Amino acid sequence: MSTTEAEAEAEAATSTATATATSTSTATATGTATEADIGAEAVARERVAGALRTDADVIADRWVQLQLAQPTWDGAVRETELREEADALVGALASALDSGMPVRHAVGGHRELHRAVTELSLRRAREGVSPTATSLAVLALKEALLEAVRRGPGDHSELFGSALLVNQLLDSAGALSFETYVEGREEIIRRQSRQLLEVSTPVVRLWRHVLAVPLIGTLDTARTQVVMENLLQAIQEHEAQVAIIDITGVPTVDTAVAQHLMQTVNAVRLMGADCLISGIRPSIAQTIAQLGIDLSTILTRATLADALDAAVRLTAASSGAADGSGVSVGSGGSLGTVRPGGPLADL
Amino acid sequence: MNGASPAGVPILRLGDVLVTGLLNELDDKSAVAFSEELTARITRDGARGVLIDISRLEIIDSFVARTLMELTTMARLLGARVIVSGMRPPVAITLVELGLQLTGVETALNAERGMAALGWRQNSPPPEGALA
Amino acid sequence: MHDVRTEEDLLTIRHAVRAATLREGFSIVDQTRVVTAASELARNAYIHGGGGTLTVESLTRPGGGIRLTIRDEGPGIADVEAALTDGFTTGAGLGHGLGGARRLMDEFEIRTAVGRGTTVTVTRRAGR
Repeated sequence: MSTTEAEAEAEAATSTATATATSTSTATATGTATEADIGAEAVARERVAGALRTDADVIADRWVQLQLAQPTWDGAVRETELREEADALVGALASALDSGMPVRHAVGGHRELHRAVTELSLRRAREGVSPTATSLAVLALKEALLEAVRRGPGDHSELFGSALLVNQLLDSAGALSFETYVEGREEIIRRQSRQLLEVSTPVVRLWRHVLAVPLIGTLDTARTQVVMENLLQAIQEHEAQVAIIDITGVPTVDTAVAQHLMQTVNAVRLMGADCLISGIRPSIAQTIAQLGIDLSTILTRATLADALDAAVRLTAASSGAADGSGVSVGSGGSLGTVRPGGPLADL
Repeated sequence: MNGASPAGVPILRLGDVLVTGLLNELDDKSAVAFSEELTARITRDGARGVLIDISRLEIIDSFVARTLMELTTMARLLGARVIVSGMRPPVAITLVELGLQLTGVETALNAERGMAALGWRQNSPPPEGALA
Repeated sequence: MHDVRTEEDLLTIRHAVRAATLREGFSIVDQTRVVTAASELARNAYIHGGGGTLTVESLTRPGGGIRLTIRDEGPGIADVEAALTDGFTTGAGLGHGLGGARRLMDEFEIRTAVGRGTTVTVTRRAGR
């Protein structure tokens, strides 16, 4: 724990150092130019900030209009939401400029501004807005802001300085927006593939105390893991005695997946239930045979129907018998050979 | 003879079956003490069956696995059948991934099934309102 | 940093590692995997390494995760390949400690030299 904290501190220290170095070099560069340049930067800053303050509503309105007018606009984000975003971002830009933070660090360093940009991008990522439309949305703010700056007082060189500042500010906002958008999309894809895994591996109750997982399509390690977790959970919930894994719909498996299937069988047994595998195709039988797995402890049936038949017999036998019921023996026990007491009990 | 043993784990007797369970906070010394206590009780009580409920165990590492396997073998040699009941799904998954199959250890889904397998079942009619 | 000097330390370590996996948002199965691996490795350090230390770190990389480092100044391992093989044991376990811990985690690294102790570093990513 202490190491991590130390590392985090070191990292923070490094980034602060870099930031300081950058701003120092900027200052030096402007210093070697003319004193007037520093003044020009301050003037531009004040001018843009002033426009943001006095014309906040006009800028926000104009930005919303520009977005609505864009050909890529598809209505995924409602106009009222656009207006809220605009108010938040315009306000954040003003307070970022007022904070005196260097313009090139404002988007990354100013908390309110950073949040306004990321929220805007994540919303578009979630609503399925295209990356182009998201980029254009941020660029449209540049237009709205420049128009407001032009309306204000000042000569051409002041206007140029302000335009430069607006560009710097909104280009970094655009970069952050794009990065956030991509991360947001990736997160959605990850979540969807997890959900897809869940729905593609349903555990169904076939009979009293009998569960089945009908698997269809390609099995990979991730899916086999989900099957194992879902199946064991369902066994516990339903107090199932027999679990059937039907792989009729699985064309082929690699050795890793075959091994995971065998692990699943063993895990089911450790929980105290029996596991049957049905519908093994010849090609899969070959893979399993090549693995050299001892199949004497694995119960298999040709079809799901045969497996269900065997499962029902198993549960019926155990509810009627005096003992040998509902018990699994690790490696060595198999269907019909559950021995009360095991091999040494009769000694 | 019910109550806390040196290992801090109670061992109850129901007819010729001993019923006990492992706690999550079992350290190595207690596990060894528990093994000794249980084998002594099997002999003294003439038990024919032992139910070890592990539904409260949040992890089983190779040491606990070894303890369970040795207990099963010792009990068999003393004439008693051991059933381990109630293993949690994450524990079962982790055990097989560790490469431990608890060879020779009989398992049951829960304590009730385990007791039934040991021949200890309710023959008298269930109380009013209970499920048969 | 946690000491691995007594049997009680083994329990303390399990608690600490469990708490760390909870903070990282691990699923219950992944929590169990990591805590079990920690238990195996800490016991190895305690029994074979004459005691040592365990460090828990959370990963800062995207998605998060956990890194455990178990270090001892014991006799070291002469034949690492053999020690990683199932069934290899010189102590009280089942000989699945090292190999098992490797299977339970995503990444596994062991550095050891005879007479100079053993350091095992394992990581598991969250949200797989």
